[in-house]
Amino acid sequence: MRWLLGKDLLILGRSRLLVALLVAYPVVIALLMGFAISRGPSRPRVAIADQTPPGQVVEVGSRRVDVHAYVRRLFSQVKAINVATRKQAVAKVKSAEALAAVIVPPDIATRVASGINQGQLELIYNGDALQQSLVQSQLRSALAQANLGFSEQIQQAAAQALDALLRGGSLGVAGAPRLIGLRQVPPLLRRILAREPPGTDRQALEQVERFAAFAAQNLDLSKKVLASVGQPIRIKSVLLHGRRTPLDTFAVVAAVSLSLLLVCVLLGAGGVALEREEHVLARLLRGLVSREALLAQKSLLAAACGLVVAFALLAFVSIFVALDWSRAGLWLAALGLGSVAFGALGVAIGALARDVRAASLLAFLLSLPLAFLALVPSGAVARGVYDTMAVISFVFPFKACLQALDAAVNGASPAIAGSLAHLAVLALAFGGLARLGLQRSD
Amino acid sequence: MSAVLSVRAVSKHFGELQALRAVSFDVHAGEVVAVVGPNGAGKTTLLSIIAGAQRPSSGSVGEAGDSAAVGWVPQELALYAKLSVAENLRLFARLERVTEPEAAVARMLEQAGLAPRAHEHLERLSGGNRQRVNVAAGLIADPPVLALDEPSTALDPGQRERLWRFISARAASGTGVIFSTHAVEEARRHAARVLVLDEGALLFDGSPQELMARAGEPAGGDFEQAFLSLLKDGDRP
Repeated sequence: MRWLLGKDLLILGRSRLLVALLVAYPVVIALLMGFAISRGPSRPRVAIADQTPPGQVVEVGSRRVDVHAYVRRLFSQVKAINVATRKQAVAKVKSAEALAAVIVPPDIATRVASGINQGQLELIYNGDALQQSLVQSQLRSALAQANLGFSEQIQQAAAQALDALLRGGSLGVAGAPRLIGLRQVPPLLRRILAREPPGTDRQALEQVERFAAFAAQNLDLSKKVLASVGQPIRIKSVLLHGRRTPLDTFAVVAAVSLSLLLVCVLLGAGGVALEREEHVLARLLRGLVSREALLAQKSLLAAACGLVVAFALLAFVSIFVALDWSRAGLWLAALGLGSVAFGALGVAIGALARDVRAASLLAFLLSLPLAFLALVPSGAVARGVYDTMAVISFVFPFKACLQALDAAVNGASPAIAGSLAHLAVLALAFGGLARLGLQRSD
Repeated sequence: MSAVLSVRAVSKHFGELQALRAVSFDVHAGEVVAVVGPNGAGKTTLLSIIAGAQRPSSGSVGEAGDSAAVGWVPQELALYAKLSVAENLRLFARLERVTEPEAAVARMLEQAGLAPRAHEHLERLSGGNRQRVNVAAGLIADPPVLALDEPSTALDPGQRERLWRFISARAASGTGVIFSTHAVEEARRHAARVLVLDEGALLFDGSPQELMARAGEPAGGDFEQAFLSLLKDGDRP
């Protein structure tokens, strides 16, 4: 077996372009995928025609909201291209310079300030269904956030007014009288009542004093009520088990797993298929080497190369993303068993294919969808579809490797032992499949 | 002469297809035996069973099919294109567990006339030279029998001549040689014995002269015509 291993290393050493591609391609694909996972979608370019007069404000109680500042905040989630007119905005969309245009009408401040009308923005867009969906969801999200900010300002203005009613003072509106606080009314009335003789007037004053005390107590609660109206639902996150995995470190794990998958599967498949393509397989298998030894040698070579590439990638990425190097032993365990399982999958593909090209194509056709299926979160698709994807992911090693590496790098659940055992079983199963595929030696 | 290879009642079937039907013969030391027959006669199946690359459905080969006793040169070039001539021979010497692999490689390079090309990558050699390396790889363990499956296919006359000089020299030193071919003239020219296979059955086993006589052709007559007559009139099981 060592002579075959030496021969394969010699051939790999002489196929520098192949090796460069074999390493560079998975690394580039993996890094791109990791980058895509760790970053949100890019901001779409949107033309903004703000037709409100300069310096226009909306007054809410004592607060003044600058309309232009509001518009800037509203469109902070898009890449804004400012234009002067609606016509220019439409032209930007037609020329595809902007994905969409938003027209802010001149009367928006008046409508918002009226308290009975809603402000209205005009959205003009173009492009395919995906682009339309992206623009709509981004703008709805931006509008929701801006509305939330606006309602917070209204809530603060209302709370300030309530404070003035309770404690006394100015409402902050020009020309408004200084108020006596509602809390000060009951003690004031009690002092007057002490001097008031029994009779109808005293009874009326006692009723007013009780009402003032009741109003002061309940008005105090109103600020909390206002807060809950401004943001009726808040999110409290609870993780059922395991440790929360930050998106960027999960992206690292996914990228390294994909890189490992591609290197091992392509090398394993290519290694076995090359023996068949060079017509050497029959010569070897007539007693010079056993089928089992040949498959073990090919899958271990693929696993060793994949392990080196994946570990190097992990070490390189750790320069930019904080990884806990005290867990490096667990990383190696996950990468080691993952690479053996991927290598076994690769040799199974190589044993079933007739030549290197077919094996490489089959390896690609199988690997990329497997990685994609394993990354689809539950709830993103219908239950039946997800269950089908889960079964497919279970019988191939990518998801198990992803979980093992996530547990090793991030301490995420499920525990690493189960994933490692899963990988070991899959390595044996694909090894058995490869043995069946190698039954035919021509 | 002692038999270095004994094939006894070898049959092979692939599902319904009967590829070989109870074929029996011996090959002796230093003897060159040609296996001729039309396409699909079972020549390649017979040679790969002799080499141990396939198992017979029934019957036996040599000493319980000892593949180490048979050097095999498959029909297709079975070598690594990215390795040099010497590296290919060295690898097969080690896989064949030859005691002194470097000496065996040097000897084989010399006998095949490939010493000047020892360090050239196989992919840069001509078809004839590649085929000589292919034969040399089959002979690297110095086996008593060499089985060659259509060794001269795709070679030009000059390359074919050099290849046969190499094989004949090995036979002269005592190696039993059995080869398959489509070219019946090649069989008459290089083989002492001819085996005629058709539809998996052994129709004839004898010298080229005996084949001519069986077909009723004169001694200097058309060997190919004699072969065709035999195929037409031969008894099949």
